[in-house]
Amino acid sequence: MTVEEDLVPQVHVEDVPNDAFGVIGRVPEGATDEEAVAHLRRAARQVRARDIQMVSAAGLGHIGGEYSVIDILVTLYLNSLNMGPELLGDPDRDRFILSKGHAAAALYTTLAAAGFINPDDLGTFMQPKSMLNGHPARTKISAVEASTGPLGHGLPIAVGTALAGKLDDSSRRTFVVTGDGELQEGSNWEALMTAGNHRLANLCVVIDRNRLQQGARVEDTNDLEPLADKLRAFGMEVVEVDGHDHGALRKVFANVPAASGKPTAVIARTQKGHPISFMSDNVAWHHKVPSEEQVKAALNELENS
Amino acid sequence: MTTAPEVALSDCRDAWVDALIELGREDERIVAVVNDSVGSSKLNKFQDAFPDRVVNVGIAEQDMVGVGAGLANGGKVPFVSAAACFLTARAMEQIKVDAAYSQHHMVLVGQSPGMAYGELGPTHHSIEDLAWLRAIPGLTVIVPADPTETAQAVRWAAQHDGPVFIRVSRMGVPDVSPDGYEFQPGKAVTLRDGSDVTLIATGTVVSRALDAADALAEIGIDARVLNMPTIAPIDSEAIESAARETGGIVTVEEALTAGLGGAVSEVVVQRHPVPMRLVGVTDFAPTGTVQWLLDHFGVSRDGIAAAAREIVASRRTAAEW
Repeated sequence: MTVEEDLVPQVHVEDVPNDAFGVIGRVPEGATDEEAVAHLRRAARQVRARDIQMVSAAGLGHIGGEYSVIDILVTLYLNSLNMGPELLGDPDRDRFILSKGHAAAALYTTLAAAGFINPDDLGTFMQPKSMLNGHPARTKISAVEASTGPLGHGLPIAVGTALAGKLDDSSRRTFVVTGDGELQEGSNWEALMTAGNHRLANLCVVIDRNRLQQGARVEDTNDLEPLADKLRAFGMEVVEVDGHDHGALRKVFANVPAASGKPTAVIARTQKGHPISFMSDNVAWHHKVPSEEQVKAALNELENS
Repeated sequence: MTTAPEVALSDCRDAWVDALIELGREDERIVAVVNDSVGSSKLNKFQDAFPDRVVNVGIAEQDMVGVGAGLANGGKVPFVSAAACFLTARAMEQIKVDAAYSQHHMVLVGQSPGMAYGELGPTHHSIEDLAWLRAIPGLTVIVPADPTETAQAVRWAAQHDGPVFIRVSRMGVPDVSPDGYEFQPGKAVTLRDGSDVTLIATGTVVSRALDAADALAEIGIDARVLNMPTIAPIDSEAIESAARETGGIVTVEEALTAGLGGAVSEVVVQRHPVPMRLVGVTDFAPTGTVQWLLDHFGVSRDGIAAAAREIVASRRTAAEW
């Protein structure tokens, strides 16, 4: 799936532990709700384990915001999106844009779990010339729809993609995940206005509402509340959900659009660093790199989660 | 002073919209994205022809460029059109990331650039755009000189699989393109050959460079005139040849001299250093019409000719030594 093969670097993959991780694939057709949730839980556990190893090996990353968004990513890619490696050439495939591009390692690991990226390539994360840049780049990975990283870019792009789908009467849905602190960027509200005015029912904005931004709590920085009311005022149909509950997320995403003729906004209540005891809801873990002991402790907790 | 024009002057926006309508008929992927700028982009005729293919996001430039990138992702060929001052300054990060870094097939159309808004003042002038945009990797920056070149650049950009910025002038300009002209990206056009000095001009002021060459001919200076429609990537070969063959270069633009002037200088100092003068805008403008302002900054027949004479004189003085 690599667009630029020469970008796959000469790195020592063996330096990075990556056994026990392979393509997991989608929830099987005809799975019961229970089976589906079990599949997603197992996948999320593996994605988290691989993610923290990647961040540790790279010595860089945003593990807190990655752990808050992984359950959303895994549910979308392994269950809800009409998007798979075989559909990349299909113009009517669903689109997914990770606007909070700093959670790149979570996206890459999920893309590997879904079969878009060779799991062995995950060991190259942030290595020289790797396609796995610290923020996702559209020109380096064919499954990445938009290059993101600076905040406030993904939502306007998603609005454009959804508009194109509406113009073409395409069955495509566009999902975009933003951080909550990210909503302080004004470009998001320009885009929400456009989405509401164009009644983009094929658009679903998922807000990873972990209530922490880089330096402090969102409410202590530039408070977003009343967020649901604001989104409703901009023409969204607002749904609130536990962002770590795979069963609930499945139902919410299956039900998009949540109201006819309106874009859907999903406020996903999450915790930064979830579910690791020493990282959860702790602002220090925005971009802290775990020590070897902390990686072991986290893997141990994941094993038993 | 600038002599009164005797030839017909055109608003390049007419050529832009006519070209876009033709393209729209040929290719249903073509859409226009605007920031309440249908009228100022002269897109009314396009909107009449294709009412569903104008996306007006309102006064929201960051959203406008992001939406353009998303439309490209969704299979459209968006022409994102707004006053150049707002398009570039307001949405610079979207131009950098969503268009250039992402290499989306989208066209950014900077309307009424330079000092076209004249007396409205520096808030509405777009003199920084060429310097800013040429600094962004992967973005083709085109400054057409007349309606012919405008139409051809628009047509080229529609089929170029990558991001392009085109500056579309509203200030009246005469035709300067030779008969049978075909725009080639990244290529200079020799409008007049000469051996004593080269005038390299872009956009609205190419005609002023041609006038200056006439003035120089009257005093025995044989000036080459190049039209440089593509600022990035710049035609390094034509610049190097001009430096080697004529020994001096004057750049001429309706922009800060960090635009074309900077781009040409970078080639000259690295490949074949020769004396240069950079004629263009050097400060926020005082109040005045665009024609008056161009004269004020020396972007005039006389000002350009004087810059060329300085180069020739310095060379002759050096030779006497």
